[in-house]
Amino acid sequence: MSPEAVSSRIVLVTGVSRHLGAVVAARIAADPGVERVIAVDTKPPEGEAAALLREPSEHARARSGRRRVPGSTALASNIEFVRADIRNPLIAKVIVGSGTDTVVHMGVLASAATGSGRAAEKELNVIGTMQLLAACQKAEPVRKLVVKSSVAAYGVSPRDPAIFTEDTAPRELPRGGYAKDIVEIEGYVRGFQRRRGEVDVTVLRFAPFIGSRADTTLTRYFSLPLVPTALGYDPRMQFLHADDALEVTHRSVMADHPGVYNVAGDGVLLLSQAIRRAGRTPLPVPEIGLSGAASFAKRSGLIDFSLDQLDFLVHGRVVDTSRLIQEYGYRPRSTADAFDDFVRGHNLSSMISPDNVAAVEHVLLDQIRQARESFLGEPVGARARGGGEA
Amino acid sequence: MAEVIRLDERAARRGDPSDPTARITPRAGRSPRRPVIPSPEELAEAAAFPDNGVPTLLPLQPPTPTDEAGRADGPRTSGAGSVRRISAAAEPDEWDQRVASRLAFLRRRLTGEYDVDEFGFDPDLTDHVLIPMLRLLYQHWFRVEVSGVENIPADGSALLVANHSGTIALDALMLMVAVRDEHPKQRRVRSLGADLVFRLPLVNEFARKSGATLACTQDVERLLNTGELVAVFPEGFKGVGKPFSERYKLQRFGRGGFVSAAMRTGAPIVPVSIVGAEETYPLVGDIKPLARLLGAPYFPVTPLFPWLGPLGLIPLPSKWLIHFGEPIDTTPLGDGADDPMVVFNLGDQVREAIQQTLYNVLLRRTSIFG
Repeated sequence: MSPEAVSSRIVLVTGVSRHLGAVVAARIAADPGVERVIAVDTKPPEGEAAALLREPSEHARARSGRRRVPGSTALASNIEFVRADIRNPLIAKVIVGSGTDTVVHMGVLASAATGSGRAAEKELNVIGTMQLLAACQKAEPVRKLVVKSSVAAYGVSPRDPAIFTEDTAPRELPRGGYAKDIVEIEGYVRGFQRRRGEVDVTVLRFAPFIGSRADTTLTRYFSLPLVPTALGYDPRMQFLHADDALEVTHRSVMADHPGVYNVAGDGVLLLSQAIRRAGRTPLPVPEIGLSGAASFAKRSGLIDFSLDQLDFLVHGRVVDTSRLIQEYGYRPRSTADAFDDFVRGHNLSSMISPDNVAAVEHVLLDQIRQARESFLGEPVGARARGGGEA
Repeated sequence: MAEVIRLDERAARRGDPSDPTARITPRAGRSPRRPVIPSPEELAEAAAFPDNGVPTLLPLQPPTPTDEAGRADGPRTSGAGSVRRISAAAEPDEWDQRVASRLAFLRRRLTGEYDVDEFGFDPDLTDHVLIPMLRLLYQHWFRVEVSGVENIPADGSALLVANHSGTIALDALMLMVAVRDEHPKQRRVRSLGADLVFRLPLVNEFARKSGATLACTQDVERLLNTGELVAVFPEGFKGVGKPFSERYKLQRFGRGGFVSAAMRTGAPIVPVSIVGAEETYPLVGDIKPLARLLGAPYFPVTPLFPWLGPLGLIPLPSKWLIHFGEPIDTTPLGDGADDPMVVFNLGDQVREAIQQTLYNVLLRRTSIFG
């Protein structure tokens, strides 16, 4: 691709009122290869997301005097926000009118925004994706599509292989709403691929996000003082650092990596291990009780858990990321590192910190040695009296 | 100062080959006292954490009779009395290492600072808790004798194919201990389990942490491709749930998925014959309606279960013999992995090898509880 061709790229990003959508839009806009970014969502970005989009990049400041999508609001100088509903066929006008060549579909929601229910979430996920893909199909200039998906596509069951590769078909249809949406969305994307074979389609199956700034159902779960777990199950979990999700999405837009990819941090943490690392205490509850606890938490507004997330917390899910690493030449930070970053970033201070535990261990060992010394009347262990300690 | 001289004396004595107390071979180290004595790796591993508040530890010093005598003269009452009993015959330094290693283990569990592989295998827990527990059964209850361990390759992948019996899959656990303790390289066995194992609470947790995974093509090939030693029990529930009258008669092998996995990855197949598991819980009946109700493949009735309640869960102390047969090279058949004829033939060959050895090993055993 010649530099001229690259610099004229126009990228449309959906779901920018959410954190990931906003950072993706801002990051793509800051890339010298991109002329402008059209940020789309049903409601304008607020708070942190808005600040991210408004921050003008060096490269963006250098550009000026371009045509705009009618009715758009300029944020950073090469990002325009278009308040549009992707469930509405009007989105086609935005795509065609702006001359968009790349569509980044980040508007796939894992949890409904507060106030709106599951029905609204499903409509946005499924109908929204259908409309968006229909619009892309009609728009000639579109030659690249990047879709945010999730490893929830694999479902959760004890009869599955321990590690999912991109080619593993789920044993049974996932029972959670979000996971069902994901399966449907991927179905539509495959349909689009068949009809527009010349378009590069990248589907990114993200592991659950975690990180110092991430605020998700999972991060709230791990911040509980007593963390309920399913009695007799210690599932294997994989996380993805939110920054790596951004990096991989950005690379998918800037270079051509058609295909389906698992995106997750290498390695595995057991649920009990993760809880310990967060300095929390696990509270094993019989699996049946866990569903009750989850619905109570949902009603009381404490945590909004969906059924597939619950299944994930019982059976866990691990994916193989070798295809991503080979094709992108990029290795997301490991699950353990991403989780440790979350623990540091959220300042989960607790009595059971590694330092405290090590100190207690030291004291105990010392006490036992002293007791034995007074009992045996001779120095004990490596720390014979007067002997230096390493 | 006097203490320092004592230590030196001991060190000098250890180096002296003429001193009978110094000649303690590794084999003797695995004497019946073994379950409470940490293995050399445990100690090495405990010593590998000096920066975590555990002081650098001295190397392992075998117990000597003099020290035992010396201890016997000492006062009997102490605050550490309850712990002291465990150490009855151990030397102070070894005892100290053991305490340090246990504490370090507890710290790692409390702070989550241990590694688990992608299948959920937890080597830290397996080495410090699961294997030592199973070793008690292995050494004192079943008194397992192992032969042919040299047939397991020292490194690289291999597929152990074993007979399955005994109502509860104790044979898989004993096989794990057998290879870990008797193989010169102390290799780990990664067992394959039926999906029921991974559906049951507690059982699935134990299985994954001890290194087992679901018996499916993807998992087997993944393990074999990374050079692991994989154990499979192709009889499955037909083997463990067969009546006592059919003991030591191999059941039909499944679809032969294990054979094609070994062929595809070029892993040799080692036939394993396990004698003794059949008598642990002699299955004399099967309450089918109850099994259907519980979703289990069978509901066992043994001479002790369910009549004695929880007591019926205690396995009979049968004498166990495990024999590892000569490895079967699968590389010349690599192309036949998708040919059902080749797969079935090799499967039959493995089955025959196990069945023949089972009869031979049975003849070697003098009595069931001998």
